[in-house]
Amino acid sequence: MENAPVIVVKNLHKSFGENHVLRNFSVSLHSGENLAILGKSGSGKSVLIKCIIRLIESDQGDITVLNQNIDTLSNDELDNLRAKVGFLFQSNALYDSMTVRENLEFPLRRHWSDEQRRKGTETAILEALNDVGLAHTIDMMPSELSGGMRKRIALARTLILRPAIILYDEPTTGLDPITAREISHLIVNVQQKYNASSIIISHDMHCIGITSNRVVMLIDGMCYADNTYEALRQSEDDRIKEFFD
Amino acid sequence: MKSPFTNIHSTFLKETGGIALFTARFFKELFKPRQEFEEFLRQCFWVGYKSLPLVAITAFIMGLVLTIQSRPTLVEFGAQSLLPAMVSVSLVREISPVITALICAGKIGSGMGAELGSMRVTEQIDAMDVSGTNPFRYLVVTRVLATTLMLPILSNISNAVSLYGGFLGVNIRGQVSWSLFWTQVFNALSFGDVVPAIIKTFFFGFAIGVVGCYKGFNSTKGTEGVGQSANSAVVVASLLVFIIDLVAVQITDLLGLT
Repeated sequence: MENAPVIVVKNLHKSFGENHVLRNFSVSLHSGENLAILGKSGSGKSVLIKCIIRLIESDQGDITVLNQNIDTLSNDELDNLRAKVGFLFQSNALYDSMTVRENLEFPLRRHWSDEQRRKGTETAILEALNDVGLAHTIDMMPSELSGGMRKRIALARTLILRPAIILYDEPTTGLDPITAREISHLIVNVQQKYNASSIIISHDMHCIGITSNRVVMLIDGMCYADNTYEALRQSEDDRIKEFFD
Repeated sequence: MKSPFTNIHSTFLKETGGIALFTARFFKELFKPRQEFEEFLRQCFWVGYKSLPLVAITAFIMGLVLTIQSRPTLVEFGAQSLLPAMVSVSLVREISPVITALICAGKIGSGMGAELGSMRVTEQIDAMDVSGTNPFRYLVVTRVLATTLMLPILSNISNAVSLYGGFLGVNIRGQVSWSLFWTQVFNALSFGDVVPAIIKTFFFGFAIGVVGCYKGFNSTKGTEGVGQSANSAVVVASLLVFIIDLVAVQITDLLGLT
């Protein structure tokens, strides 16, 4: 039996001036699933996940996250929902004036009580850092870390609140093939350890091959194909084949 | 075809409207619960303490140079005994607050424009939003409050240091005792000289904070945009300092405090 959907996007439309980025786009993410969204640069993949977490307001359509329509939520309700949805930014978005410890502590200040923070912060930080294998960097500044390490720390910060859903925006962009593969395996490990559902935005076919249970192809702002990685790889459709060539 | 003036007018109106809306949002967020007190204190440290050496050195040189430059004219009219009084009124009423504000517009305004601009283009502000922290309250409210409260303090320190520079300047060519110099200074200064000057520095600080944060918070176009934000934060904040000064002088004049 198919698991319950945790994200449902229906007929989403988003344009920037004359540029129609998403046109009646629909997709759903099910519990425990790793869904990859594949598309060319500028095809609206990042816009889609930013709409899902309401960093960008959509023009039309419905987005339901964990059974809550995000367009109708108040700011406080949205903040509470965002605690359950982790977001790994393409640029990592680590606060460069803070140490690794402070970066990981930051999301806790809003979502944990003072009592919880006093007792559990250190343990939570160390556990998140251990998950990504970088406990020794706890007092380092982001500028002292390599690109791959920064990506891992950003992932640790995403994990610290134990989100039910994780949105990955181009998790392997700008990394060498070896580090990219490590990050891809890390995504799979995280999904298995926390049973989180994930949307992975990427055009890195190796990453998608390793991480995804299902792939949605976003072409011209619409869902062009929705299938497993293997099924799409064997497709004879020219527009699909060009991604695998 | 559109005239170039149309573009200038439209940019001017857009910027003015943007800053007005940003200011309105500041007041709206200021009175909401869960203020970021720790970050506010951190910003006070950066804005106040870290600007102190630059403000103090500039103030000292300003006081010294003003005194040295004014002496020959006063000597010509046989009024060199008025030097401490003239220097103190000029410094406290006008020169010290405006120069302090201009230094802060350069140092703090550009710093805020660049810092927030860089946070915007590297998605750090979005990350803050996603983590449930209101970035406007965390980044903007704390910084604007810090500049508004720290600038009057910096300006008063600048007054004291520049007057000390004035004392040394008087004594380069003459002989005025420490106590006589300060007696003359305090006799020359009145309520109408000191209080309006302090009040206007709150507005200078507020303008510098709002413009620096507005430019940074709304930065676009990558690293080029960050540079532009820092640059235009300094230009607009400096211009606003002069405009506020002009308005403050008119109001002081109307109230008969001159």
